[in-house]
Amino acid sequence: MQQIINFVLRNKTFLVFLLLFGLSLFFTIQSHSYHKSKYIHSSNLVTGGVYQVANGIGQYFNLTNENKALLEENRMLKSIVYNLDLDTVNIQIDSIKLDSAYKFRTAQVFKNSYSHSTNYLTINKGKRDSIKIDYGVITSKGIVGIVENTSQNFSSVLSILNTRSRINAQLKKTNHIGSLVWNTESAEFAQLIDISKFAPLAIGDTIVTGGQSTIFPKGVLIGTVNSYKIDSGGDNYVVNVKLFNDMTNIGHVYVVENLQATEIKSLQKPKDD
Amino acid sequence: MTKETLNIAARFVVLILVQVLIFNHINFMGYINPYIYIIFIILFPANNNRTLFVFLAFLLGFCVDIFSDSGGVHAAACVTIAYIRPIFLKFTFGTVYDYQSIKFNQIDFGSKLTYFSALIFIHHLIMYALEIFNISKILLILQKTLFSGIFTIILCMLITILFSQKRK
Repeated sequence: MQQIINFVLRNKTFLVFLLLFGLSLFFTIQSHSYHKSKYIHSSNLVTGGVYQVANGIGQYFNLTNENKALLEENRMLKSIVYNLDLDTVNIQIDSIKLDSAYKFRTAQVFKNSYSHSTNYLTINKGKRDSIKIDYGVITSKGIVGIVENTSQNFSSVLSILNTRSRINAQLKKTNHIGSLVWNTESAEFAQLIDISKFAPLAIGDTIVTGGQSTIFPKGVLIGTVNSYKIDSGGDNYVVNVKLFNDMTNIGHVYVVENLQATEIKSLQKPKDD
Repeated sequence: MTKETLNIAARFVVLILVQVLIFNHINFMGYINPYIYIIFIILFPANNNRTLFVFLAFLLGFCVDIFSDSGGVHAAACVTIAYIRPIFLKFTFGTVYDYQSIKFNQIDFGSKLTYFSALIFIHHLIMYALEIFNISKILLILQKTLFSGIFTIILCMLITILFSQKRK
């Protein structure tokens, strides 16, 4: 017994090192599996607060660009609204009658990264603003990512520039679907894989979200086809997609809630019997 | 002693904040970021309790990990370089280390550079290997280690020269 205690005392630095190294490996492996990175994420109170203060200072330098983006979006929405030929005088807005499938909330990005292989964003809305896990995050130009963790006031968002991200996407002109992934090489491009080789692809085609998942609405813009080739299996295309969003510069975002998600999921869930 | 402890605590907090608020967002050439917070480990007084030192290094890496959503990669790298630091101290400074009387602002440029580079490259290698976590991308790991490592070394040398307390 004495010898065991002596051994522990003599090698205590090595034992502490082994323990802590094991702990950090555990956290690393946890963070590599989807929806298991519960313990360490930047949407907690302390880190969220620090980023909030820093963002409060930093956002003033970006106001001109933010205003331009908002103006551009307003112009687009106005041109849609005034060309719709609606009877704008007699529209009755009744919140009970509106049977909308998606609810949008605005949020601001506090922290954005794009140089690692697993990138996350932190936004300034959390549980208190009814943001929940698996809500989609988009901007006026295209998709950004999926909410992965929430705290009281902040949420962390799994960016599409993340090797663990896999988003259902399709060609805009036909219904050929694939998955949007990222090969870590450039923040400007993502890759669309598993898209059938019978799809009529052309450079410049628009890629949009597929609407097969319950996260994003169908038809949210993603990017354009930059180049494509047949994958090693020979049955599918691998498409290099140039993203519409400049992922290195994201200020305001919209969080999308699919109000019918639970209904769709309960329908799709395989029966136990 | 209390003054030294306070000094170390202040350095701990300031380096984390500077790292996560400024140096994590440099993204030079798209992906090169310096990780200057490991100056804390490099310049930690050599004659101190080693167990405490390894634990502090873990805490340091862990804080940076939480801020940058990276699991435990910084913590793992920091713990490792903190544990193997005595080997490099002995290797670079030889006899001076045996008397445990290194003053980091009095050593000459050459041995300082060797000591800094060794620890920084080991830290970056472990960190990127764990972050990318894919043996088939070994070239990407080495490339990131090399470029970020050089950037970090330059910045660390500059910072230690700027903030050294040697007055002439």
